[in-house]
This record gives sequence, C-alpha cells and structure tokens, in this order.
Amino acid sequence: MKKYFLALLALPSLAFADEIVSVINGANTAWILVATALVMLMTPAGLALFYGGLTRSKNVINTISMSLGAFAVGSLVWVLVGYSIAFGDGDIIGTGKVLLSGIGSETIKGTIPELLFVAFQGTFAAIAVAIASGSMIERVKFSTFMIFVALWVSAVYAPVAHWAWGGGATLNFGEMDFAGGTVVHINAGVAGFVVAMILGRRKDYGRVAIKPFSPVLVALGAALLWFGWFGFNAGSELAADGVAASAFLVTNVAAAVGVIGWIAVEWLVYKKATLVGGASGAVAGLVAITPAAGFAGVDGAILLGFIGGVLGFIGVSKLKPMLKIDDSLDAFWVHGLVGIWGSIATAIFVAGYATPKDYDMIVQLVKQVQAVGLTVVYSAVATAVVFYIASALTGGGRVDDETEAKGLDETVHGEKALNL
Amino acid sequence: MKRVEAVIKPFKLEDVKDALAEIGITGMTVSEVKGYGRQKGHSELYRGAEYVVDFLPKIKMEMVVNDDMVDQVTATIVEAARTGKIGDGKIFVSDIEKIIRIRTGETDAEAV
Repeated sequence: MKKYFLALLALPSLAFADEIVSVINGANTAWILVATALVMLMTPAGLALFYGGLTRSKNVINTISMSLGAFAVGSLVWVLVGYSIAFGDGDIIGTGKVLLSGIGSETIKGTIPELLFVAFQGTFAAIAVAIASGSMIERVKFSTFMIFVALWVSAVYAPVAHWAWGGGATLNFGEMDFAGGTVVHINAGVAGFVVAMILGRRKDYGRVAIKPFSPVLVALGAALLWFGWFGFNAGSELAADGVAASAFLVTNVAAAVGVIGWIAVEWLVYKKATLVGGASGAVAGLVAITPAAGFAGVDGAILLGFIGGVLGFIGVSKLKPMLKIDDSLDAFWVHGLVGIWGSIATAIFVAGYATPKDYDMIVQLVKQVQAVGLTVVYSAVATAVVFYIASALTGGGRVDDETEAKGLDETVHGEKALNL
Repeated sequence: MKRVEAVIKPFKLEDVKDALAEIGITGMTVSEVKGYGRQKGHSELYRGAEYVVDFLPKIKMEMVVNDDMVDQVTATIVEAARTGKIGDGKIFVSDIEKIIRIRTGETDAEAV
C-alpha cells in the first residue's frame, strides 16, 4: 500500500471528463486472491505455531486458540465495521461502508474487485491483533481477549490503517509504509506491551525457568510466517508487476539475513546458535523489511534485515530484562522495536526505481518519525482504553492464581497439547 | 533379603541389565527419575534467557535379592555402570521384611 496509491485514487474524479473507466485486471486479481490466502495462513497456522511453540506446555492450547480466535473475530468485525472505518470516506475516520454497504462484486478498487481488497486487508487486521496476543499469554482471560480483539480492530487498528492507507489527510504525514510497518507491526507491538503492563507479570516471571513447549513448532511456525509474508509484502503492491516481484525478493533476502544477524550475535554473546533464535531472526528480518518492501533494493534489504535481526536479539536478551515488563513472547521487541527501525530506515534505503524525482531523505525521515510517533502514542492510549473496557465487561482481565498455576489449557479449554 | 536400588546414567541401563542377567538376576523394576548430586546440571538458552537445569535424567533400578547375592550384585552394577566421570550414580542396599508373590502366595526366599 503505497502512499502514492492515494494519488491514483483521486484520478477518476479529476479525469471524469475523459471518461477513464476502471476495469478489473485479471492478472492482478489472480495474484491478490492468492496473496490473501497466503496472508490468511500466517495467523491460524504461522503465528499459532510460532507462539504455541514458545509458550509453556500447559498453555499451548490457549495460546493457539488466541491466534485462531483473533482471526475469527477479527475477520467478522472487519466486514461489519472495521473496513468502513479504515477505508471508508472521511478524514479522521472513515464511514459509509458499514456491512460493506455499496460494495458489490462489480465494485472496483484500483484494478481489482473491492471485495477482494476487503478480504486482503482483513487478514492484516486479524494478524495485527494476533501478534499483540503474544504479550498477554499465560494469564489473560480468553473471554477478555476475544472482546479485546473486536474492540481493538475497530478502535485501534482501523483508524491507524485509515491514516496511513485509507485516505485520512490530517493524520497522514506522507509516510512510506508499503505493507504495514506502522499499521501492523508497531501498532501491534505497542498494544501488546501496554496490555502486558496493565495485566502485570506472570507469577513465575523471573522466578522459575519458563521454557518453550517446542522449539520445533517455533521453527515451523516461523517458516509458515515467512511463506505467508510473500503475500503480505508482495501482495501489498495490489498488482502482479515488477514492484511486486521486487517486494517478493527483498522480503526473502531480509528474512534470510535476519536469521544470520540474530544467530551471529547470539553466537558471539552466548556461544550457542539456537533454533528459536534463528526463527525469531527470520521474523525480525521480515518485520524490518515490511514498510520498505516496495521501495528498497536488495542492498537495502540486507541492511534492514541484518540490523533487524541484531536489534531483535538485543531487545529480548538485554533491553527487556531492564524494563521488567513481562511481554511474554516479546511482541514489542520483535514487532515494535524492529518495526520502528524498519519504518524509519525505509526512508534511507529507497532503491532507484522507487525514488521520486525530488526525493529528499531528510524530509522523508521526518515524515517517517512523525508517523511512528503518532502510531506509538495512539496505539498506547487507545489500547489501554479498549483493554480496560474488555476487562470490565468480563469481570477482570486476568485469570485467578490457581488457573495460572495449573495452566489455561486444562482449566479454560479442557484440553491438553499432548496426551502421552 | 535385601533390596538393591541403583541410580545410574540412562545410557548404561542396557549394559547393567545384561551384566546382571549373566549372574542370574532375572527381574527388576526400572523407573525414569530426575536428580542431582555432585554433578552440576546443564544450561539451556531461549531467546537470550539462560536457564540452569539442575535435575538431570537418571534411571533408578530396583531389585530384591537373597543376602548371599548382595555383594556380587553390587559389584556387577558398579563395574557395568561406571564411566569414571562425575554423575555415575549411587547404590543403596536395605533390608526387606517380607516378600509375597501375588500369583501363588509364595513368600520370602521362594518368592525372590
């Protein structure tokens, strides 16, 4: 979703006299249909296994259920109100497309059916809130989280998407966010962090060893995320063209270099090359390239991904212990911190093909910082508000101590991850 | 009658079992246990958080033998289970008051 895309949207009204008729492009539509399915896979498979493998064995079912539930509730809320707020007409928030009113199979957005655009963007909303779940696991109530998903997608995700991509003018600073650096990753990372602060630490945090259920599932989940990310980044071009191909390639390069960056530093510091670290490095590299996917070249992708991987490692192993906030699965550090790096650095690594004639890096850097700042502040405040509402509606947002000690799988879901 | 309990390294189980079979010990009970003594645990690393694992996996084998067999049994276990490195385990010998074979009702020496 390029900023420049907005300029194109304005064209039909300006050129009305020339009778420019939008038509559906079959190749673009085919690619975005596939890309949407790829991004869908990221939440109930990729993130579910990535997070499910990182949590403790007594909370695996609960953690995976949160990804599945986020996708289910997020998808529903998106077509009810989310899409209207994000992509309806309006300055501060969009309106007029509640229940997708006025959108039929013949309605066109750019060169693809608008219904396909609705579906594609819905997968972004759902994964954003699922990413945030990683900060809350092992103690948040399942009911609280499900209500939080509905509120957060409507009141936090959709407005931020509207400002960056949906046509909001006042709060759009002219940032470059190709596939969701601010909208998805910073937004989700900050949201998770704020909820982790409100919930408080897990009883066991910092007291006993909290060991992942299965690094094997973590690696498989990261691989599925990586796979789906091609749809996320290359699909955000909304066309099957050269920019989509470039986005596809730099996405793969950044993820690969993210693995190398994380493991390399881990080896230097701990003399171990862990699989969980490698998998996390891939995700960090992917987060870093996301806002830049349609602008950066391979050289930029290498630096974005490598520094993303290194920064992710430093965040979770060095900065996190200083703050003493129990961001359980490091959603803030891997998505928020690395997302901030990617969003700001997007202005630095603009490849020749994507550079506007009068491009001024300093001016663009300021715009990037403004957009990051707005996202951080809005996400923090609005997330706190909607989480307090969700807590109040469910009689407190945190499970009781006994449930926390036994694990949420057995107590909340009546299932176990493994029956041996 | 004595009970011989031996806590050994897991990978030594087959060697010890075979050595005991050669001297006529045909029955035993084995459990997978965790513990530590002088051997230090190992550390595991997840996303930069390092955890020291104190309890190491061990095998506990239990068998009941007649008094005249005790020395031979313990010597056999020591020989078969020893690696010479710290963490080889320990053997405990204690008295048994009574044994009953459930199938036949035989007691004590007949039931060993």
